[in-house]
Amino acid sequence: MKIKAQVAMVMNLDKCIGCHTCSVTCKNTWTNRQGAEYMWFNNVETKPGVGYPKRWEDQEQYGGGWELKGGKPELRSGSRAHRLLNLFHNPYQPTIEDYYEPWIYDYEKLTDSPQKRHQPVARPHSVVTGDPMEILWGPNWEDDLAGAHVTGMEDPDMKGLEESIRMDFEQAFMMYLPRLCEHCLNPPCVSSCPSGAMYKREEDGIVLVDQDACKAWRYCVSGCPYKKVYFNWETHKAEKCTLCFPRIEAGMPTICSETCVGRIRYMGLLLYDADQVELAASVTDEKDLYQAQLDVFLDPSDPKVIEAARKEGIPEDWLEAARHSPVYKMAVDWKIALPLHPEYRTLPMVWYVPPLSPILQCFEGEGSDAEPEDLFPGIDQMRIPIRYLANLLSAGDEQVIRTVLKKMAAMRIHMRARNLEQEPKMEWLSETGLDMETVEEMYHLLAVAKYSDRFVIPPAHREEVSDLMSEQGSCGLDFASGPGSCAGMGDW
Amino acid sequence: MSGMPLFLWGVYPYLVLTVFVIVLIVRMRNDPFGWTSKSSEFLEKRWLRWGSLLFHWGILFVVAGHVAGLLIPIQWHRGMGISDEIYHAIAVWAGSLAGLAAGVGALILLFRRLLDRRIRVTSTPGDLLSIVMITLVIMTGMTATLFNGLDHSGFDYRETISPWLRGVLLLQPDPSLMETVPITFKIHIVLAFALFALWPFTRLVHAFSFPLWYLRRSYVVYRRRGHRPSSQSMEKSVTH
Repeated sequence: MKIKAQVAMVMNLDKCIGCHTCSVTCKNTWTNRQGAEYMWFNNVETKPGVGYPKRWEDQEQYGGGWELKGGKPELRSGSRAHRLLNLFHNPYQPTIEDYYEPWIYDYEKLTDSPQKRHQPVARPHSVVTGDPMEILWGPNWEDDLAGAHVTGMEDPDMKGLEESIRMDFEQAFMMYLPRLCEHCLNPPCVSSCPSGAMYKREEDGIVLVDQDACKAWRYCVSGCPYKKVYFNWETHKAEKCTLCFPRIEAGMPTICSETCVGRIRYMGLLLYDADQVELAASVTDEKDLYQAQLDVFLDPSDPKVIEAARKEGIPEDWLEAARHSPVYKMAVDWKIALPLHPEYRTLPMVWYVPPLSPILQCFEGEGSDAEPEDLFPGIDQMRIPIRYLANLLSAGDEQVIRTVLKKMAAMRIHMRARNLEQEPKMEWLSETGLDMETVEEMYHLLAVAKYSDRFVIPPAHREEVSDLMSEQGSCGLDFASGPGSCAGMGDW
Repeated sequence: MSGMPLFLWGVYPYLVLTVFVIVLIVRMRNDPFGWTSKSSEFLEKRWLRWGSLLFHWGILFVVAGHVAGLLIPIQWHRGMGISDEIYHAIAVWAGSLAGLAAGVGALILLFRRLLDRRIRVTSTPGDLLSIVMITLVIMTGMTATLFNGLDHSGFDYRETISPWLRGVLLLQPDPSLMETVPITFKIHIVLAFALFALWPFTRLVHAFSFPLWYLRRSYVVYRRRGHRPSSQSMEKSVTH
């Protein structure tokens, strides 16, 4: 057993209002630079839709993630030798058209224009070429199902849905899917980087790109099935979500989590057995991958686990934080959070509580107030959203989705009964295998939890990493091609 | 011997090699961030596919041919039982084929760089200069090979250029060996050395980063915070 700690995230999709605050604060923090304009380390997609980049879930096109070859996971883009032989032209590489060409408006025209018969107009210009351009696609072109009657059909998650049903999905449901790097346990980007420039941090599992070691071979970009590694066309280096590691190291949540208006995000530690990762990624049936990943996680309250973790050098305050991890509660204890596309065999570490709203919408649309009597059979009958959510979060296993949604529904029913001072409806609870205490704890975390309950992030032990005494007086900017040490920055 | 020939065949190569080695080492140490293949596939991949594949595969065989013809002495060729006729047939035909692929590829890349709007505006002078120089070197090399191979003049570069180059590399240059060399070869050599002088300043440095050791690396790489391993230690340190 080789225990490692991983900073992980859960998003409660039921509460996402699609406001894009997470994306905007992320962009302002990380990607408002030349060459990175088109990058959204965090983006919010409206589903169903083709997404960003277009059809990112289509691994036939992009060759991302793992597939099983001879009982072992192998990258979909082939063996190591195969990638080296295709270094001069990566057939799976997405281009700027697959994302969008970034643009800016020439706002000066509005103020500098001489008096004319017509109002001056700020025209869009490409940030890459500077030429005037017509805007035909953008980072969130399908917001709120805009144009979904055209593009929604091409959503790879629509597979398995009959044509006739697919045609009126617009009436059926809509959901938001905020996406960032999954910081996978079995990261295909790291595995497909020929330079070894990408790595997973031992201490917290954050996946990063060593900018100095990156040689622009680009296989990380196509290798990531979530398309969350980007290519900077200005610096010619790969860039990706850093899970805001400077904040994480200081015990703070990522900027996307911090600024989430709906408070849908939760962050905490998970302990896992690194020796079991490959085995978990090797299970034959895709539908078993969810359970296999759950089996990789370790119980932070188990004395044996604690002892082994201490031997691995995981600090005491980290073990304490792992015991209070909201992520562990939702993913492992209550099993209401699910991994995004487990069939990619990446063992992703940003999990999602599936939304109940598509089902509620249907009932509310029919004038019902989502009575328990409607809701439970509804979950069994609603084929379209269940099938779609299963394609997204459980490798097509609809039973997993139904179970989670029933838990969420049972929680609502129970809390409503409590607030109306009715008798608790035990039959719904028992059907989902929950007791009153658990369901109320669930409600507390999902609905009214405080900042310190939603984000349980132990600060990094910097004192173990470097000789802090020797760094006194330095300002951390005197690396190669950096602006120089503080001494060179003028009088302060 | 004095004047221009002495400079070209006795001094110039050393100026170039000095710049090549020193700048390469300095850049390797001080500018790892700027050391990249500068792939432009993200901005344009249709033409790149043909240009890059033809050029890179072609040039790999061209380099192999140059090593075989320039660095390996003619006596060794004969010792291995390769007759002059066979050598020339292989050199001309295989060389021309590889050279043609590399040349066509380079031309595609050059025109792509000039004509594709996105590639054009994101190009640096170094990018343009290197692809122009590469194209010129390949074309002069092809010209020299074809003229020499087709007119059967009896000139064998293995008895002149090859010993001269080996002399240069072993620090015992003999510029007189270059006296009888046809002008086409001389132009090719001078331009090639100019390309080597340009090399360490441009994106061409990526040729020294071909990640062969990836073949032996385990897939998932872990790193401790604040620790940047060398490539050797990384091969060992990885687990999973």
